[in-house]
Amino acid sequence: MSHHIVEFKDVSFRYPDGTQALRGINFRITHGESVGIVGANGAGKSTLLQQINGYLMPTSGTITIGDLSLTKKTRQEIRRKVGIVFQNPDDQLFMPTVFDDVAFGPLNLGMDEASVRERVCKALSMVNGLSLRDKPPHHLSCGQKSAVAIAAVMAMEPDILAMDEPAANLDPKSRRSLIALLKTFKHSKLIASHDLDLILDVCARCIVIGDGVVVADGPSVDILSNRALLEANSLELPLSLQRR
Amino acid sequence: MTFDEKYFDIGRLDRLSYGETFVHRLDPRAKVIGTMLFLLTVISFPKHEVAALAPFFLYPALLVAVGEIPVRFIIKKMLLVSPFAIFIGIFNPILDTRTAAVVFGVAVSAGWVSFLSILMKFALTISAGLLLIATTSFSGVCHALRRLGLPALFVSQLLFLYRYLFVLMEETMRIIRARDMRSFGKRGTGLRVFARLIGILFLRTVDRAERIYYAMHSRGFEGDMPTLKGSRIVLPDLAFLSAMVACLWFFRFFPIAEGIGRMAQGMLR
Amino acid sequence: MHMADALLSPAVGTTLWVGTAAVTGYASKRLKREIDDRMIPLMGVLGAFIFAAQMVNFTIPGTGSSGHLGGGMILAVLLGPHAAFLVMASVLTVQALFFADGGLLALGCNIWNLAVYPCYLVYPYVYRPLAGDIHKPGRVLVASLVSVAAALQLGAFSVVVETLLSGKSELPFGAFALMMQPIHLAIGIVEGFVTAGVVNYVRGARPELLESIAVSRLLGAEVSLKRFMIAFAALTVIAGGALSWFASTHPDGLEWSIEKIAGKGELPQAYGIAAALKGFQEKTAFLRDYNFKPAGDGLKKGEAPPSWPGIEAGTSAAGIIGAAIVLGMIVLIGMGIRVFRRRQIQ
Repeated sequence: MSHHIVEFKDVSFRYPDGTQALRGINFRITHGESVGIVGANGAGKSTLLQQINGYLMPTSGTITIGDLSLTKKTRQEIRRKVGIVFQNPDDQLFMPTVFDDVAFGPLNLGMDEASVRERVCKALSMVNGLSLRDKPPHHLSCGQKSAVAIAAVMAMEPDILAMDEPAANLDPKSRRSLIALLKTFKHSKLIASHDLDLILDVCARCIVIGDGVVVADGPSVDILSNRALLEANSLELPLSLQRR
Repeated sequence: MTFDEKYFDIGRLDRLSYGETFVHRLDPRAKVIGTMLFLLTVISFPKHEVAALAPFFLYPALLVAVGEIPVRFIIKKMLLVSPFAIFIGIFNPILDTRTAAVVFGVAVSAGWVSFLSILMKFALTISAGLLLIATTSFSGVCHALRRLGLPALFVSQLLFLYRYLFVLMEETMRIIRARDMRSFGKRGTGLRVFARLIGILFLRTVDRAERIYYAMHSRGFEGDMPTLKGSRIVLPDLAFLSAMVACLWFFRFFPIAEGIGRMAQGMLR
Repeated sequence: MHMADALLSPAVGTTLWVGTAAVTGYASKRLKREIDDRMIPLMGVLGAFIFAAQMVNFTIPGTGSSGHLGGGMILAVLLGPHAAFLVMASVLTVQALFFADGGLLALGCNIWNLAVYPCYLVYPYVYRPLAGDIHKPGRVLVASLVSVAAALQLGAFSVVVETLLSGKSELPFGAFALMMQPIHLAIGIVEGFVTAGVVNYVRGARPELLESIAVSRLLGAEVSLKRFMIAFAALTVIAGGALSWFASTHPDGLEWSIEKIAGKGELPQAYGIAAALKGFQEKTAFLRDYNFKPAGDGLKKGEAPPSWPGIEAGTSAAGIIGAAIVLGMIVLIGMGIRVFRRRQIQ
């Protein structure tokens, strides 16, 4: 099914202040794949994610999502296919109640009220958050906020789910719930994270970004057990693979 | 109040507003309209009216009782904002020393009567305002205001402010705690540091707004905040509003307290 | 300082509410047409920022006491008048609801005093001419000091006028003004320094930032003084007219305050306003005829005024007794409901 393909061809990006964040990124993700993006701080992970839905446009190279090539015109269309969940849920939950937040996406898609309500219920039950429906976000715990942020994105029923440091602010229990949840999602998943154990658990494939280029691309079990490779990129072995 | 105290104070009022009692479930529009009518009626009394204001305390009393709002909390908040009204009002007895009445053998000046009137109006208006937000979630009030005619842009402004109020307060608390931990006595809390802190907070806020905008755009935002059709007005709301209007009219134009007083006097004789 | 509901009369309160609502509608319309989407979350979060910033205290040099920020001018400089107005108005609304600062009816007055003046009057006609277009920290400082002081003076003066016109306070115009204006001048100077400090800091740290929100600022260049003065004059006429009507049906309140002023007569400003109002009244007093007691022909101490309904010995005692009984009943009702509900829950 071609609409779940994500393809980066020679993508480069330079920030307005001159920083060259990406220098020719190449990879291809197919339907249903779960890919982790790892790398040091400043390697370009977040910038890469910001390219996927067109928030930042590449300065050169092409990005193809499904059948569409990313341009200023196709951006809106592409946003319906790609859902991004950010690091800080407070930045993503900007409506007065959980219901409003989860409904935001579907409403912007132009759906009628009944369908919106249906989508909201479906998305919230996916993350076990139905009881939080009428609460304001600032009454939620970190784990609950993360769950609701995911629901807010899932309510748009995207084909591809991209996540930036999803477990960063979570306590161990919430993190475990998140991992379990992600394993049940059949979408194509692109997860950028420092949490190498999470990547090992959730993503079958792993891409290492270093200094704006793809340094390695292969099965997670191989990449994440390659100590030399990881340490060369300011990373280390996942905790579960380290011996005390 | 210190920053911390204000933070918890707002938090408490905010939590109360999500209660589940009968008054909480009334339509916000009814409550907003009811409150405004109440306020108008109370301040429409002339300067020296005291007795006729008494029955109006029924409204806040009922809200507090049925809404299960802690009385002491409301009273404490009232006292906190009373200084200005008291400060201005106290000039009345100072400046106006004509005798208005002789009550039980004591000559009471008109100034004290008008001061008492101000105090009663103050208690009534402040409690009505606080109880509105204590029994209606802030977003409920905002949606009510929107449906009553306030511009949508302004209402979404209010909602955003509310949403990020606690986030910003926490961020500010962290900054000033850092400041306070490193200042000794009054050094370090001066203007320059303050301006610098505010500047930093401003820039962080702008960055945050940028991230929020990114999130909004990623979920399809194109310039108009989407809104759902809100709640409908049902029978309890109409009953509430008509009861309020009837009582307000009745209490305003019929001297009930005086009547009851006369009856009591008659009985005592 | 904020205006309070208890000191307000319905005429003044509703007039200013209508005025403020009109300005809010105007600002919303202007912004909606011309603004970048980005401003929507920015304004919202800045509202929260101002709210939080107002809660932070700083020590005022020389006095050692602590002060708090207003923020209207900072917003106007950084965002332009329309956006700044909406943000300030939203902050004041949230304060009125959560802190009971002022009151809900007085909100109209407070938004007028603390948001309309700085954003639509002082910023375009005082700050911008003084600060110029090229960013120079020295000029920014001077412009900030003068603007914030001016804005606060206007705001404080308006509180005095609003209180006076409402007629619930005995304070004569002169004394009240003498209390309010100097205090707010001092506050204004301090806040002026802070404003300049923040503006200069932001401009220095992130100059490109202000460029990106410059669109909103440019809108301010078109605020027309003529339009503003027309609106202001209209509001004054409405207030005066409403007041006269009100006064003619309730001679007590206004009469006594005017008599006080006319009786004192030592301050020229007071005389001017009182004379103007008196003129208004005489022209519009066709609903009911009543006499203006000329100055001096007043009451002596100890004499109960005959034109004062209800405040006579007999009825006022009844009133007080009745009021006490009513209040007692209300407390019992309230407690009764509480007990009843607790039983229900158990």
